[in-house]
Amino acid sequence: MIEFTFWDIVRNLLLAARWTVLLSLAAFIGGALVGLVVLFFRIAPNKWVKRIASGYIALFQGTPLLMQLFLMFFGLPMLGLRIEPWTAATLGLTFFASAYLAEIWRGGVEALPRGQWDAGASLGLHYLQELRLVILPQAFAITRAPTVGFLVQLIKSTALTSIIGFEELVRTSNAINNATFEPFKVYGLVALMFFVMCFPLTQYARRLEQRAGAR
Amino acid sequence: MGYSLDFGWLAGAAGVIARGAAMTLLLIGVTTLAGTFLSILGAAGKRNGPRPLQAAIGVYVEVMRNTPFLVQLFFIFFGLPSLGVRLDPILAAMLAMTLNMAAYTIEIVGAGLDAVPRGQTEAALALGLRPRQVFIKIVLPQALKVIYPALTSQIVIMMLESAVVSQIAVRELTYEADMLQARTFRAFETYFVVTMVYLGLSMGLRRLLVAGGRLALGAGVS
Repeated sequence: MIEFTFWDIVRNLLLAARWTVLLSLAAFIGGALVGLVVLFFRIAPNKWVKRIASGYIALFQGTPLLMQLFLMFFGLPMLGLRIEPWTAATLGLTFFASAYLAEIWRGGVEALPRGQWDAGASLGLHYLQELRLVILPQAFAITRAPTVGFLVQLIKSTALTSIIGFEELVRTSNAINNATFEPFKVYGLVALMFFVMCFPLTQYARRLEQRAGAR
Repeated sequence: MGYSLDFGWLAGAAGVIARGAAMTLLLIGVTTLAGTFLSILGAAGKRNGPRPLQAAIGVYVEVMRNTPFLVQLFFIFFGLPSLGVRLDPILAAMLAMTLNMAAYTIEIVGAGLDAVPRGQTEAALALGLRPRQVFIKIVLPQALKVIYPALTSQIVIMMLESAVVSQIAVRELTYEADMLQARTFRAFETYFVVTMVYLGLSMGLRRLLVAGGRLALGAGVS
């Protein structure tokens, strides 16, 4: 049997943490792009378009992320795509994030006074210009705190991708635990690493919230 | 493509799925009661308890909110036995879910307590109620009414999160889905059906909680 020293465990976990960070970033960026499209649908003037977007959001917010990942992992190969844990994890988390981000930003758009739209229209801007120049910058500004808060949730959610076989922090820790039989130490370290990633963001979100409240 | 969906296995699997769903509901039921109770104690302790207790609750909330539920679950189920505490999967799942939920609801309940005007406490004390009576009979019911919608959302989120406890072999909905797809080789269809069951459960649970809140806390709760 190979002996693991404490530093071997830490080093291996840190190497695996890279993938957790990378997956979080990929899912956040992908989720923001798709989420923007969902947002456009969600606030569209057309009732049916709006309803489709609401359904999309309700679907992702009303089912477990683990199920969404399973469906991605087992469903995409049926469409003829060769799928690996990395692809399934990224796509699954991207769609998951898009639904939540669209809903957060919708809150921002609807919090703006009606006069902002009217003012934009009276300046001769058409719908897309109004969104780009007047509405979205303000909506993003007032929803910065919940957006950062969701990023924390997303980082924690990457842990679930270990179950569909993506080699991130938790999956690596399972393997190490199976070799060392020191679950207390191994999972304690994993928790610590997630905490180090998430806590500064939580604090940042809190500061943003206080600043918004003071205004 | 050459793949056609097949739901022929569904008729024979309905009982298993129902049993899994019942276990999921049991887990969330226990968690809701224990978690709400714990968070009332926690929120009260964080406001009126001694300094060290306040600090300890603060640390607890931050640690639970900034680490994944899956890791907490593994820590409790695999880690605690090395300290001599051995829990069976269902108990470990309930403990992990309760501790996780309480970290979120302590903040929610706390916000509710802060929302009750100070005059309510003063008036109740002036009427000769003891401090504990003031808290239980005057402050708490008003606080719960304010935070009820947020509490409802948190309960539904926790129910969805409970899918993870299949990983320590608790025989709930996700675990039964894993077993089913291993038997039928119809992974996509199985997870699709179970996902829809979860969707139904979360919508039903929300309705039930809203109706229950109306009944117990009076009208005005949305």
